[in-house]
Amino acid sequence: MRMDLIQPFIGALDAVLAEMMKEPSKIADLTMEEEGYRRKGLAAVVMFKGQIEGRIVLDMDPSAATQVAGFLSGAEVDPSEPIVPEVVCELANMVIGNAVTQLNDRGFQFKVLPPAVLTEEQCAATGQDSEATILRFETPSGNVHLNIAMKYHARRASERTPVAVG
Amino acid sequence: MKQFEALTRKKDSQPVRYLVVDDSVFARKSLAKMIESFGGQVAGEAGDGCTAITEYARIKPDIVLMDITMPQMEGIEAVERIVQEHPDARVVMVSSVGYQDNILAALQKGARHFVQKPVKPDALYEIIRYVLNDDGVTTPVAAGESSR
Repeated sequence: MRMDLIQPFIGALDAVLAEMMKEPSKIADLTMEEEGYRRKGLAAVVMFKGQIEGRIVLDMDPSAATQVAGFLSGAEVDPSEPIVPEVVCELANMVIGNAVTQLNDRGFQFKVLPPAVLTEEQCAATGQDSEATILRFETPSGNVHLNIAMKYHARRASERTPVAVG
Repeated sequence: MKQFEALTRKKDSQPVRYLVVDDSVFARKSLAKMIESFGGQVAGEAGDGCTAITEYARIKPDIVLMDITMPQMEGIEAVERIVQEHPDARVVMVSSVGYQDNILAALQKGARHFVQKPVKPDALYEIIRYVLNDDGVTTPVAAGESSR
């Protein structure tokens, strides 16, 4: 997997966590996986299409998701409240939005689909036929995992490049 | 949350009325909290572009905060249709996807401004103040007097 395409996602997650959690976070692990995704906490998936196709899964420890929900709503939030998985979807949306904005500035075209909560049943299918990069961020409220699987369509990209004639 | 100098309507000194459009309930709540800190009132909410169009016609808000990526009808198409029917509509796009093509498309369809998520309250307040003052909807708050 091309790390230059992964880097914007790392930067985006770092920036979004800093803004939304108001707590320090750091990358603790970076691993590669080819198996179906195994959900660790509360997870949301966002698909994207275009010159680069794939999906990201943002997977947060319930304690970390509850911390963000509580911080932003200004009140104590119970982990079982429906707003908590909503928070994970919205954070995933922000991460992918910020990352594709950077990639678009480098010439890549995308279409981003709305985020969805990732269920156990969807997990197995999510990682098939694609190598995924998994980042684990540590925060004082718990772990946040970002699973990125994408394919770069070099031919599709080159088709957009003008060809000199003569 | 930090409190801002309240933006009120010049014509009747009432709070500015907002329509908040986002498919995420959480995002709508988060924006509603900011609106409250601006002294505004959420007059309506919508989770997709189609509902935004009907809600706009029903409540005639002073300003709309509109997401882009939504199910059924996306924000850019909704802006186009709202502005076609209500040329004086003031729509500010609020989206995590902030690349130039998206921003240009939204502005060409009639959006007044663009804010990228995660939204910083200070930035949103300044943009709303700018858009409303520009139309003479609110009484200008002098620079440096926006927070209290």
